[in-house]
Amino acid sequence: MSGGDAIPEFSKAKSGDGQDVSLTNLSAFASGPGIKSGAEVVAILAVAVVIIGGIELALRIFHVPQYIMPPPSSIAYALFDEFPLIAPHLGYTLVELLSGFAIGAIVGLVMAAVITQFPFAEKIVAPYILILVTTPMLALVPLLILRFGFGYTPRIIAVALAAGPMVMINAATGFRRVDSAKIALARSYGASTLQIFWKIRAPMALPMILVGLMIGAIFGLLTAVGAEMVGGGFGLGNRLTSYSSMIQMPQFFAVVLILSTLGILIYVLFFLIGKKWASWET
Amino acid sequence: MSTASARTPKLGVQAATKVYQTASGDLLALDRCSLDVQANEIVSIVGPSGCGKTTLLWSMSGLHRLTGGSIVLDGKEITGPRPEIGIVFQEANLLPWRNLDANINFPFEIKGEKPDRAWIAHLLNRVGLEGFGDKFPRELSGGMQQRAAIVRALALKPSVLLMDEPFGALDSFTREEMNRLVEEIWLDTKTTIVFITHSIEEAIFLSDRVVVLTTRPGRVAKVYDVPFPRPRSLEIMATKEVFDLTNRIKMDIVGERRPKGSEQQGQKTAEIVRIRP
Repeated sequence: MSGGDAIPEFSKAKSGDGQDVSLTNLSAFASGPGIKSGAEVVAILAVAVVIIGGIELALRIFHVPQYIMPPPSSIAYALFDEFPLIAPHLGYTLVELLSGFAIGAIVGLVMAAVITQFPFAEKIVAPYILILVTTPMLALVPLLILRFGFGYTPRIIAVALAAGPMVMINAATGFRRVDSAKIALARSYGASTLQIFWKIRAPMALPMILVGLMIGAIFGLLTAVGAEMVGGGFGLGNRLTSYSSMIQMPQFFAVVLILSTLGILIYVLFFLIGKKWASWET
Repeated sequence: MSTASARTPKLGVQAATKVYQTASGDLLALDRCSLDVQANEIVSIVGPSGCGKTTLLWSMSGLHRLTGGSIVLDGKEITGPRPEIGIVFQEANLLPWRNLDANINFPFEIKGEKPDRAWIAHLLNRVGLEGFGDKFPRELSGGMQQRAAIVRALALKPSVLLMDEPFGALDSFTREEMNRLVEEIWLDTKTTIVFITHSIEEAIFLSDRVVVLTTRPGRVAKVYDVPFPRPRSLEIMATKEVFDLTNRIKMDIVGERRPKGSEQQGQKTAEIVRIRP
Protein backbone atom coordinates (compact mmCIF):
# COMPACT_ATOMS: atom_id res chain seq x y z
CA MET A 1 0.00 0.00 0.00
CA SER A 2 2.84 2.34 0.83
CA GLY A 3 3.69 2.84 -2.81
CA GLY A 4 0.30 4.46 -3.35
CA ASP A 5 1.28 7.65 -1.58
CA ALA A 6 2.12 10.64 -3.71
CA ILE A 7 5.11 12.82 -2.99
CA PRO A 8 3.86 15.66 -0.79
CA GLU A 9 3.28 18.60 -3.05
CA PHE A 10 2.56 22.10 -1.95
CA SER A 11 3.35 24.07 -5.04
CA LYS A 12 0.20 25.96 -5.91
CA ALA A 13 0.83 25.67 -9.61
CA LYS A 14 0.53 21.91 -9.41
CA SER A 15 -2.27 21.61 -6.89
CA GLY A 16 -4.93 22.40 -9.45
CA ASP A 17 -5.46 20.45 -12.58
CA GLY A 18 -5.28 23.04 -15.31
CA GLN A 19 -7.82 25.08 -13.42
CA ASP A 20 -6.23 28.34 -14.41
CA VAL A 21 -6.56 27.77 -18.12
CA SER A 22 -10.15 26.60 -18.07
CA LEU A 23 -12.41 28.25 -20.58
CA THR A 24 -14.96 29.37 -18.08
CA ASN A 25 -13.39 30.19 -14.79
CA LEU A 26 -14.93 32.30 -12.14
CA SER A 27 -14.04 35.56 -13.79
CA ALA A 28 -17.67 35.49 -14.84
CA PHE A 29 -18.55 36.07 -11.20
CA ALA A 30 -15.61 38.27 -10.38
CA SER A 31 -15.79 40.82 -13.13
CA GLY A 32 -19.47 40.59 -13.96
CA PRO A 33 -21.67 43.62 -14.19
CA GLY A 34 -21.18 44.47 -10.57
CA ILE A 35 -23.03 47.73 -10.44
CA LYS A 36 -21.70 49.61 -7.48
CA SER A 37 -22.72 53.22 -7.38
CA GLY A 38 -25.95 55.03 -8.10
CA ALA A 39 -24.10 57.15 -10.64
CA GLU A 40 -23.33 54.04 -12.69
CA VAL A 41 -26.99 53.03 -12.65
CA VAL A 42 -28.01 56.50 -13.79
CA ALA A 43 -25.40 56.38 -16.57
CA ILE A 44 -26.62 52.98 -17.78
CA LEU A 45 -30.24 54.14 -17.76
CA ALA A 46 -29.28 57.33 -19.58
CA VAL A 47 -27.57 55.31 -22.32
CA ALA A 48 -30.67 53.12 -22.59
CA VAL A 49 -32.92 56.16 -22.93
CA VAL A 50 -30.64 57.65 -25.59
CA ILE A 51 -30.43 54.42 -27.59
CA ILE A 52 -34.14 53.58 -27.38
CA GLY A 53 -35.14 57.18 -28.04
CA GLY A 54 -32.72 57.36 -30.96
CA ILE A 55 -34.10 54.18 -32.52
CA GLU A 56 -37.66 55.41 -32.04
CA LEU A 57 -36.83 58.75 -33.65
CA ALA A 58 -34.90 57.24 -36.56
CA LEU A 59 -37.63 54.70 -37.37
CA ARG A 60 -40.29 57.44 -37.37
CA ILE A 61 -38.20 59.93 -39.37
CA PHE A 62 -37.35 57.40 -42.09
CA HIS A 63 -40.86 55.88 -42.07
CA VAL A 64 -39.53 52.35 -41.60
CA PRO A 65 -42.53 50.03 -42.00
CA GLN A 66 -43.66 48.07 -38.90
CA TYR A 67 -43.04 44.68 -40.56
CA ILE A 68 -39.33 45.49 -40.97
CA MET A 69 -38.68 47.04 -37.57
CA PRO A 70 -41.38 48.27 -35.18
CA PRO A 71 -40.46 51.28 -33.06
CA PRO A 72 -39.74 50.65 -29.35
CA SER A 73 -42.97 52.34 -28.33
CA SER A 74 -45.14 49.88 -30.22
CA ILE A 75 -43.06 46.95 -28.89
CA ALA A 76 -43.68 48.24 -25.37
CA TYR A 77 -47.36 48.67 -26.12
CA ALA A 78 -47.56 45.15 -27.59
CA LEU A 79 -45.80 43.77 -24.52
CA PHE A 80 -48.48 45.21 -22.21
CA ASP A 81 -51.36 44.61 -24.58
CA GLU A 82 -50.52 41.01 -25.49
CA PHE A 83 -48.99 39.96 -22.18
CA PRO A 84 -52.13 38.15 -20.95
CA LEU A 85 -51.99 36.11 -24.17
CA ILE A 86 -48.21 35.54 -23.98
CA ALA A 87 -48.11 34.75 -20.24
CA PRO A 88 -49.35 31.13 -20.47
CA HIS A 89 -46.73 30.47 -23.14
CA LEU A 90 -44.07 31.92 -20.83
CA GLY A 91 -45.36 29.45 -18.25
CA TYR A 92 -45.04 26.51 -20.67
CA THR A 93 -41.47 27.51 -21.54
CA LEU A 94 -40.57 27.87 -17.87
CA VAL A 95 -41.99 24.42 -17.10
CA GLU A 96 -39.87 22.90 -19.89
CA LEU A 97 -36.79 24.85 -18.87
CA LEU A 98 -37.06 24.14 -15.13
CA SER A 99 -37.89 20.44 -15.40
CA GLY A 100 -35.40 19.76 -18.20
CA PHE A 101 -32.70 21.74 -16.45
CA ALA A 102 -33.36 20.02 -13.11
CA ILE A 103 -33.05 16.57 -14.71
CA GLY A 104 -29.97 17.50 -16.73
CA ALA A 105 -28.25 19.27 -13.83
CA ILE A 106 -28.83 16.45 -11.34
CA VAL A 107 -27.67 13.76 -13.78
CA GLY A 108 -24.71 15.91 -14.86
CA LEU A 109 -23.66 16.66 -11.28
CA VAL A 110 -23.91 13.05 -10.12
CA MET A 111 -22.03 11.82 -13.17
CA ALA A 112 -19.29 14.41 -12.71
CA ALA A 113 -18.90 13.54 -9.02
CA VAL A 114 -18.73 9.82 -9.73
CA ILE A 115 -16.63 9.84 -12.87
CA THR A 116 -13.91 12.07 -11.42
CA GLN A 117 -13.33 9.47 -8.70
CA PHE A 118 -12.13 7.06 -11.40
CA PRO A 119 -9.48 8.78 -13.53
CA PHE A 120 -9.25 5.85 -15.93
CA ALA A 121 -13.00 5.69 -16.56
CA GLU A 122 -12.97 9.46 -16.96
CA LYS A 123 -10.40 9.27 -19.74
CA ILE A 124 -12.55 6.72 -21.58
CA VAL A 125 -15.78 8.69 -21.20
CA ALA A 126 -14.33 12.16 -21.89
CA PRO A 127 -14.57 12.13 -25.73
CA TYR A 128 -18.21 11.04 -25.59
CA ILE A 129 -19.05 13.81 -23.16
CA LEU A 130 -17.35 16.22 -25.52
CA ILE A 131 -19.60 15.01 -28.34
CA LEU A 132 -22.64 15.60 -26.13
CA VAL A 133 -21.40 19.08 -25.27
CA THR A 134 -20.62 20.13 -28.81
CA THR A 135 -23.62 18.61 -30.59
CA PRO A 136 -26.50 21.07 -30.71
CA MET A 137 -29.26 19.06 -29.08
CA LEU A 138 -31.78 21.05 -31.13
CA ALA A 139 -30.81 18.77 -34.01
CA LEU A 140 -32.43 15.87 -32.19
CA VAL A 141 -35.76 17.64 -31.64
CA PRO A 142 -37.46 16.49 -34.88
CA LEU A 143 -36.51 12.92 -33.99
CA LEU A 144 -37.77 13.35 -30.42
CA ILE A 145 -41.04 14.78 -31.73
CA LEU A 146 -41.49 11.73 -33.98
CA ARG A 147 -41.02 9.48 -31.00
CA PHE A 148 -42.79 11.44 -28.25
CA GLY A 149 -45.29 13.65 -30.06
CA PHE A 150 -45.88 17.38 -29.72
CA GLY A 151 -46.18 17.57 -25.93
CA TYR A 152 -43.75 18.57 -23.21
CA THR A 153 -41.74 15.35 -23.37
CA PRO A 154 -39.47 15.94 -26.39
CA ARG A 155 -38.74 19.50 -25.26
CA ILE A 156 -37.89 18.54 -21.70
CA ILE A 157 -35.62 15.78 -23.03
CA ALA A 158 -33.91 18.24 -25.37
CA VAL A 159 -33.38 20.77 -22.56
CA ALA A 160 -31.98 18.07 -20.27
CA LEU A 161 -29.65 16.86 -23.05
CA ALA A 162 -28.43 20.41 -23.66
CA ALA A 163 -27.98 21.39 -20.01
CA GLY A 164 -26.68 18.10 -18.58
CA PRO A 165 -23.36 17.82 -20.44
CA MET A 166 -22.61 21.52 -19.82
CA VAL A 167 -23.14 21.05 -16.11
CA MET A 168 -21.18 17.83 -16.12
CA ILE A 169 -18.10 19.04 -17.97
CA ASN A 170 -17.74 22.12 -15.77
CA ALA A 171 -18.51 20.30 -12.54
CA ALA A 172 -15.97 17.62 -13.50
CA THR A 173 -13.34 20.32 -13.92
CA GLY A 174 -14.25 21.46 -10.42
CA PHE A 175 -14.12 18.01 -8.86
CA ARG A 176 -10.78 17.34 -10.53
CA ARG A 177 -9.19 20.18 -8.59
CA VAL A 178 -7.70 18.07 -5.87
CA ASP A 179 -5.53 19.84 -3.38
CA SER A 180 -3.51 17.10 -1.72
CA ALA A 181 -2.64 19.29 1.27
CA LYS A 182 -6.31 19.98 2.05
CA ILE A 183 -7.23 16.34 1.66
CA ALA A 184 -4.28 15.44 3.91
CA LEU A 185 -5.60 17.91 6.47
CA ALA A 186 -8.98 16.17 6.50
CA ARG A 187 -7.38 12.72 6.58
CA SER A 188 -5.18 13.73 9.49
CA TYR A 189 -8.37 14.07 11.54
CA GLY A 190 -9.50 10.66 10.35
CA ALA A 191 -11.99 11.91 7.74
CA SER A 192 -13.83 9.25 5.71
CA THR A 193 -13.93 9.31 1.92
CA LEU A 194 -17.47 10.67 2.13
CA GLN A 195 -16.44 13.42 4.54
CA ILE A 196 -13.54 14.35 2.26
CA PHE A 197 -16.01 14.58 -0.61
CA TRP A 198 -18.54 16.79 1.17
CA LYS A 199 -16.13 18.93 3.17
CA ILE A 200 -13.21 19.34 0.75
CA ARG A 201 -13.95 18.25 -2.80
CA ALA A 202 -17.49 19.64 -3.10
CA PRO A 203 -16.72 23.12 -1.74
CA MET A 204 -13.61 23.29 -3.92
CA ALA A 205 -15.72 22.35 -6.94
CA LEU A 206 -18.59 24.72 -6.12
CA PRO A 207 -17.39 27.71 -8.16
CA MET A 208 -17.04 25.58 -11.28
CA ILE A 209 -20.35 23.84 -10.55
CA LEU A 210 -22.07 27.23 -10.48
CA VAL A 211 -20.46 28.20 -13.77
CA GLY A 212 -21.69 24.91 -15.23
CA LEU A 213 -25.21 25.43 -13.92
CA MET A 214 -25.34 28.95 -15.36
CA ILE A 215 -24.14 27.89 -18.80
CA GLY A 216 -26.40 24.83 -18.66
CA ALA A 217 -29.43 26.97 -17.82
CA ILE A 218 -28.75 29.38 -20.66
CA PHE A 219 -28.21 26.53 -23.13
CA GLY A 220 -31.42 25.00 -21.77
CA LEU A 221 -33.37 28.18 -22.46
CA LEU A 222 -31.93 28.28 -25.98
CA THR A 223 -32.88 24.69 -26.62
CA ALA A 224 -36.36 25.03 -25.11
CA VAL A 225 -37.19 27.98 -27.38
CA GLY A 226 -35.63 26.26 -30.39
CA ALA A 227 -37.59 23.07 -29.75
CA GLU A 228 -40.81 25.08 -29.48
CA MET A 229 -40.08 26.63 -32.86
CA VAL A 230 -39.75 23.19 -34.44
CA GLY A 231 -43.20 21.95 -33.54
CA GLY A 232 -46.06 21.94 -31.08
CA GLY A 233 -48.61 24.68 -30.54
CA PHE A 234 -47.34 26.27 -27.33
CA GLY A 235 -44.39 28.00 -25.71
CA LEU A 236 -42.55 31.25 -26.37
CA GLY A 237 -40.72 29.74 -29.36
CA ASN A 238 -44.06 28.87 -30.88
CA ARG A 239 -45.16 32.47 -30.33
CA LEU A 240 -42.10 33.68 -32.23
CA THR A 241 -42.88 31.56 -35.31
CA SER A 242 -46.58 32.33 -35.08
CA TYR A 243 -46.18 36.14 -34.73
CA SER A 244 -43.57 36.31 -37.47
CA SER A 245 -45.73 34.28 -39.85
CA MET A 246 -48.54 36.74 -39.21
CA ILE A 247 -46.12 39.65 -39.54
CA GLN A 248 -47.06 40.88 -36.06
CA MET A 249 -43.66 42.39 -35.47
CA PRO A 250 -44.33 44.40 -32.27
CA GLN A 251 -45.65 41.22 -30.62
CA PHE A 252 -42.70 39.27 -32.02
CA PHE A 253 -40.22 41.68 -30.48
CA ALA A 254 -42.17 41.69 -27.22
CA VAL A 255 -41.49 37.93 -26.99
CA VAL A 256 -37.82 38.50 -27.83
CA LEU A 257 -37.72 41.03 -24.99
CA ILE A 258 -39.21 38.49 -22.58
CA LEU A 259 -36.61 35.91 -23.67
CA SER A 260 -33.66 38.19 -23.17
CA THR A 261 -35.05 39.15 -19.76
CA LEU A 262 -35.17 35.44 -18.90
CA GLY A 263 -31.55 35.03 -19.96
CA ILE A 264 -30.45 38.00 -17.88
CA LEU A 265 -32.39 36.72 -14.87
CA ILE A 266 -30.58 33.37 -15.15
CA TYR A 267 -27.24 35.14 -15.26
CA VAL A 268 -28.05 37.44 -12.35
CA LEU A 269 -29.38 34.54 -10.26
CA PHE A 270 -26.16 32.55 -10.59
CA PHE A 271 -24.07 35.67 -10.25
CA LEU A 272 -25.68 36.36 -6.87
CA ILE A 273 -25.38 32.73 -5.76
CA GLY A 274 -21.72 32.76 -6.79
CA LYS A 275 -21.10 35.99 -4.95
CA LYS A 276 -22.64 34.59 -1.80
CA TRP A 277 -21.19 31.07 -1.83
CA ALA A 278 -18.15 31.06 -4.08
CA SER A 279 -16.58 34.48 -3.70
CA TRP A 280 -13.67 32.97 -1.71
CA GLU A 281 -12.25 31.88 -5.04
CA THR A 282 -11.29 35.37 -6.10
CA MET B 1 22.33 6.66 15.82
CA SER B 2 21.66 9.10 18.65
CA THR B 3 22.50 8.21 22.20
CA ALA B 4 20.36 5.40 23.49
CA SER B 5 17.91 6.68 26.02
CA ALA B 6 16.78 4.89 29.13
CA ARG B 7 13.33 6.42 28.81
CA THR B 8 10.94 5.10 26.21
CA PRO B 9 10.64 7.82 23.61
CA LYS B 10 7.39 9.66 22.98
CA LEU B 11 7.91 9.17 19.29
CA GLY B 12 10.37 6.56 18.09
CA VAL B 13 11.46 6.31 14.47
CA GLN B 14 13.24 3.06 13.66
CA ALA B 15 14.93 2.51 10.31
CA ALA B 16 12.14 4.39 8.53
CA THR B 17 12.37 3.81 4.79
CA LYS B 18 10.08 5.27 2.17
CA VAL B 19 10.00 4.58 -1.55
CA TYR B 20 7.72 6.56 -3.84
CA GLN B 21 6.64 4.97 -7.06
CA THR B 22 6.85 7.65 -9.71
CA ALA B 23 6.47 7.60 -13.47
CA SER B 24 10.26 7.67 -13.82
CA GLY B 25 10.81 4.75 -11.47
CA ASP B 26 11.12 4.20 -7.75
CA LEU B 27 12.35 7.08 -5.66
CA LEU B 28 14.02 6.36 -2.34
CA ALA B 29 13.05 9.34 -0.19
CA LEU B 30 13.97 8.02 3.25
CA ASP B 31 16.65 5.44 3.90
CA ARG B 32 16.69 3.77 7.32
CA CYS B 33 16.08 6.97 9.26
CA SER B 34 16.14 6.51 13.01
CA LEU B 35 15.55 9.06 15.73
CA ASP B 36 13.82 9.31 19.05
CA VAL B 37 11.77 12.22 20.27
CA GLN B 38 11.27 12.39 24.03
CA ALA B 39 8.13 13.68 25.66
CA ASN B 40 7.98 17.48 26.05
CA GLU B 41 10.91 17.90 23.70
CA ILE B 42 11.20 20.13 20.67
CA VAL B 43 13.17 18.44 17.91
CA SER B 44 13.89 20.18 14.64
CA ILE B 45 14.70 18.37 11.45
CA VAL B 46 16.82 20.37 9.03
CA GLY B 47 18.36 19.46 5.74
CA PRO B 48 18.66 20.56 2.13
CA SER B 49 15.41 20.77 0.19
CA GLY B 50 14.19 17.50 -1.20
CA CYS B 51 15.85 15.50 1.56
CA GLY B 52 12.68 13.81 2.71
CA LYS B 53 11.91 16.05 5.69
CA THR B 54 8.26 16.35 4.76
CA THR B 55 8.10 12.64 3.92
CA LEU B 56 9.38 11.83 7.39
CA LEU B 57 6.84 14.15 9.00
CA TRP B 58 3.94 12.82 6.94
CA SER B 59 4.98 9.30 7.91
CA MET B 60 5.04 10.33 11.59
CA SER B 61 1.53 11.72 11.17
CA GLY B 62 0.26 8.49 9.67
CA LEU B 63 -0.65 10.19 6.39
CA HIS B 64 1.95 8.12 4.57
CA ARG B 65 2.74 4.47 5.09
CA LEU B 66 6.41 3.56 5.39
CA THR B 67 7.93 1.12 2.95
CA GLY B 68 10.16 -0.24 5.71
CA GLY B 69 10.89 0.35 9.37
CA SER B 70 8.42 1.68 11.89
CA ILE B 71 7.35 4.76 13.79
CA VAL B 72 6.03 4.27 17.27
CA LEU B 73 3.99 6.79 19.27
CA ASP B 74 3.54 6.08 22.98
CA GLY B 75 4.60 2.49 22.36
CA LYS B 76 2.04 1.93 19.60
CA GLU B 77 3.06 1.70 15.97
CA ILE B 78 1.59 4.39 13.73
CA THR B 79 -0.46 2.90 10.91
CA GLY B 80 -2.78 5.81 10.20
CA PRO B 81 -3.76 9.27 11.47
CA ARG B 82 -3.95 9.41 15.26
CA PRO B 83 -5.90 11.92 17.36
CA GLU B 84 -2.91 12.54 19.64
CA ILE B 85 -1.08 14.12 16.71
CA GLY B 86 -1.69 17.67 15.51
CA ILE B 87 -0.21 18.93 12.26
CA VAL B 88 0.65 22.44 11.14
CA PHE B 89 1.11 22.39 7.39
CA GLN B 90 3.15 24.51 5.01
CA GLU B 91 1.40 27.73 4.00
CA ALA B 92 -1.26 27.43 6.74
CA ASN B 93 -3.50 25.20 4.60
CA LEU B 94 -6.70 26.89 5.77
CA LEU B 95 -9.89 26.15 3.86
CA PRO B 96 -10.57 29.35 1.90
CA TRP B 97 -14.34 28.87 1.83
CA ARG B 98 -14.57 28.84 5.62
CA ASN B 99 -14.11 31.77 7.93
CA LEU B 100 -11.64 31.52 10.79
CA ASP B 101 -14.13 30.08 13.29
CA ALA B 102 -15.33 27.48 10.82
CA ASN B 103 -11.74 26.58 9.97
CA ILE B 104 -10.95 25.97 13.63
CA ASN B 105 -14.16 23.97 14.02
CA PHE B 106 -13.22 21.78 11.06
CA PRO B 107 -11.42 19.07 13.09
CA PHE B 108 -14.37 18.82 15.46
CA GLU B 109 -16.80 18.54 12.56
CA ILE B 110 -14.79 15.67 11.07
CA LYS B 111 -14.67 13.91 14.41
CA GLY B 112 -18.30 14.68 15.22
CA GLU B 113 -17.32 16.29 18.50
CA LYS B 114 -18.45 19.50 20.14
CA PRO B 115 -15.72 22.14 19.97
CA ASP B 116 -14.18 23.07 23.29
CA ARG B 117 -15.16 26.75 23.17
CA ALA B 118 -13.25 27.87 26.24
CA TRP B 119 -10.02 26.24 25.08
CA ILE B 120 -10.36 27.67 21.57
CA ALA B 121 -11.06 31.13 22.97
CA HIS B 122 -7.96 30.78 25.15
CA LEU B 123 -5.85 29.73 22.15
CA LEU B 124 -7.19 32.53 19.95
CA ASN B 125 -6.41 34.99 22.68
CA ARG B 126 -2.96 33.46 23.09
CA VAL B 127 -2.07 33.98 19.44
CA GLY B 128 -3.78 37.38 19.25
CA LEU B 129 -6.62 36.41 16.92
CA GLU B 130 -9.64 37.13 19.10
CA GLY B 131 -12.29 39.05 17.21
CA PHE B 132 -11.22 37.71 13.82
CA GLY B 133 -13.59 34.74 13.86
CA ASP B 134 -15.73 35.88 10.96
CA LYS B 135 -12.79 36.78 8.71
CA PHE B 136 -11.95 34.59 5.75
CA PRO B 137 -8.37 33.39 5.14
CA ARG B 138 -7.93 35.79 2.21
CA GLU B 139 -8.62 38.67 4.59
CA LEU B 140 -5.81 37.61 6.95
CA SER B 141 -2.07 38.17 6.59
CA GLY B 142 0.24 35.18 6.13
CA GLY B 143 1.28 35.32 9.76
CA MET B 144 -2.32 35.47 10.96
CA GLN B 145 -3.24 32.53 8.73
CA GLN B 146 -0.44 30.48 10.23
CA ARG B 147 -1.52 31.50 13.76
CA ALA B 148 -5.01 30.26 12.91
CA ALA B 149 -3.50 27.00 11.63
CA ILE B 150 -1.65 26.59 14.93
CA VAL B 151 -4.87 27.16 16.86
CA ARG B 152 -6.62 24.60 14.66
CA ALA B 153 -3.84 22.07 15.31
CA LEU B 154 -3.89 22.68 19.07
CA ALA B 155 -7.69 22.79 19.37
CA LEU B 156 -7.91 19.01 19.81
CA LYS B 157 -5.20 19.11 22.51
CA PRO B 158 -2.71 16.85 20.77
CA SER B 159 0.21 15.47 22.75
CA VAL B 160 2.49 15.77 19.72
CA LEU B 161 2.58 18.71 17.35
CA LEU B 162 4.15 18.10 13.95
CA MET B 163 5.08 21.32 12.14
CA ASP B 164 6.05 21.09 8.49
CA GLU B 165 8.04 24.19 7.51
CA PRO B 166 5.17 26.27 8.88
CA PHE B 167 6.82 29.66 8.53
CA GLY B 168 8.76 29.11 5.31
CA ALA B 169 6.54 31.47 3.33
CA LEU B 170 6.67 34.31 5.86
CA ASP B 171 8.98 37.30 5.90
CA SER B 172 11.81 37.09 8.41
CA PHE B 173 10.32 39.48 10.98
CA THR B 174 6.97 37.70 11.04
CA ARG B 175 8.88 34.46 11.18
CA GLU B 176 10.79 35.49 14.31
CA GLU B 177 7.54 36.62 15.88
CA MET B 178 6.00 33.23 15.09
CA ASN B 179 9.02 31.44 16.53
CA ARG B 180 8.56 33.33 19.81
CA LEU B 181 4.90 32.39 19.75
CA VAL B 182 5.74 28.69 19.36
CA GLU B 183 8.21 28.99 22.22
CA GLU B 184 5.57 30.64 24.42
CA ILE B 185 3.01 28.01 23.56
CA TRP B 186 5.53 25.30 24.33
CA LEU B 187 6.42 26.89 27.67
CA ASP B 188 2.66 26.86 28.39
CA THR B 189 1.73 23.40 27.23
CA LYS B 190 5.03 21.49 26.97
CA THR B 191 3.58 19.75 23.93
CA THR B 192 6.12 17.55 22.19
CA ILE B 193 7.00 19.27 18.92
CA VAL B 194 8.69 17.98 15.80
CA PHE B 195 9.57 20.97 13.68
CA ILE B 196 10.70 20.81 10.09
CA THR B 197 12.52 23.79 8.70
CA HIS B 198 15.24 24.79 6.30
CA SER B 199 16.24 27.66 8.56
CA ILE B 200 19.06 26.70 10.91
CA GLU B 201 18.48 29.82 13.04
CA GLU B 202 14.85 28.84 13.51
CA ALA B 203 15.84 25.27 14.38
CA ILE B 204 18.35 26.39 17.01
CA PHE B 205 16.02 28.98 18.48
CA LEU B 206 13.22 26.47 19.01
CA SER B 207 14.81 23.12 19.60
CA ASP B 208 16.22 20.93 22.31
CA ARG B 209 17.84 18.92 19.56
CA VAL B 210 18.49 19.52 15.88
CA VAL B 211 18.53 16.54 13.54
CA VAL B 212 20.38 17.01 10.24
CA LEU B 213 19.18 14.87 7.35
CA THR B 214 21.26 14.03 4.28
CA THR B 215 20.17 14.76 0.73
CA ARG B 216 18.01 12.17 -0.98
CA PRO B 217 17.79 9.52 0.21
CA GLY B 218 17.22 11.10 3.61
CA ARG B 219 19.31 9.63 6.41
CA VAL B 220 20.10 11.04 9.81
CA ALA B 221 23.53 12.63 9.36
CA LYS B 222 23.95 14.20 12.78
CA VAL B 223 22.03 15.12 15.88
CA TYR B 224 22.99 18.25 17.83
CA ASP B 225 21.98 19.07 21.37
CA VAL B 226 20.92 22.67 21.84
CA PRO B 227 21.55 23.32 25.53
CA PHE B 228 20.64 27.00 25.71
CA PRO B 229 18.15 28.07 28.40
CA ARG B 230 14.63 29.20 27.63
CA PRO B 231 13.12 31.58 26.88
CA ARG B 232 15.88 32.21 24.38
CA SER B 233 16.39 35.93 24.36
CA LEU B 234 18.03 37.93 21.62
CA GLU B 235 21.14 38.09 23.86
CA ILE B 236 21.36 34.30 24.08
CA MET B 237 20.80 33.96 20.35
CA ALA B 238 23.69 36.41 19.75
CA THR B 239 26.26 34.44 21.75
CA LYS B 240 29.29 32.80 20.22
CA GLU B 241 28.01 29.34 21.17
CA VAL B 242 24.89 29.84 19.06
CA PHE B 243 26.96 31.26 16.24
CA ASP B 244 29.34 28.29 16.32
CA LEU B 245 26.52 25.75 16.40
CA THR B 246 24.81 27.49 13.48
CA ASN B 247 28.01 27.29 11.47
CA ARG B 248 28.62 23.64 12.30
CA ILE B 249 25.15 22.68 11.14
CA LYS B 250 25.53 24.85 8.06
CA MET B 251 28.81 23.10 7.23
CA ASP B 252 27.07 19.74 7.58
CA ILE B 253 24.37 20.70 5.13
CA VAL B 254 26.59 22.54 2.67
CA GLY B 255 29.29 19.87 2.87
CA GLU B 256 26.62 17.33 2.14
CA ARG B 257 25.66 19.18 -1.02
CA ARG B 258 29.17 19.95 -2.26
CA PRO B 259 30.26 17.56 -5.02
CA LYS B 260 33.43 15.50 -4.59
CA GLY B 261 36.65 17.30 -5.41
CA SER B 262 35.26 20.71 -4.65
CA GLU B 263 37.34 20.94 -1.49
CA GLN B 264 40.52 21.24 -3.54
CA GLN B 265 38.82 23.88 -5.64
CA GLY B 266 38.00 25.69 -2.46
CA GLN B 267 41.67 25.65 -1.51
CA LYS B 268 42.64 27.02 -4.88
CA THR B 269 40.33 29.98 -4.57
CA ALA B 270 41.72 30.54 -1.12
CA GLU B 271 45.20 30.61 -2.62
CA ILE B 272 44.17 33.04 -5.28
CA VAL B 273 42.77 35.28 -2.62
CA ARG B 274 46.06 35.12 -0.74
CA ILE B 275 48.19 35.83 -3.81
CA ARG B 276 46.26 38.92 -4.75
CA PRO B 277 48.06 42.04 -3.57
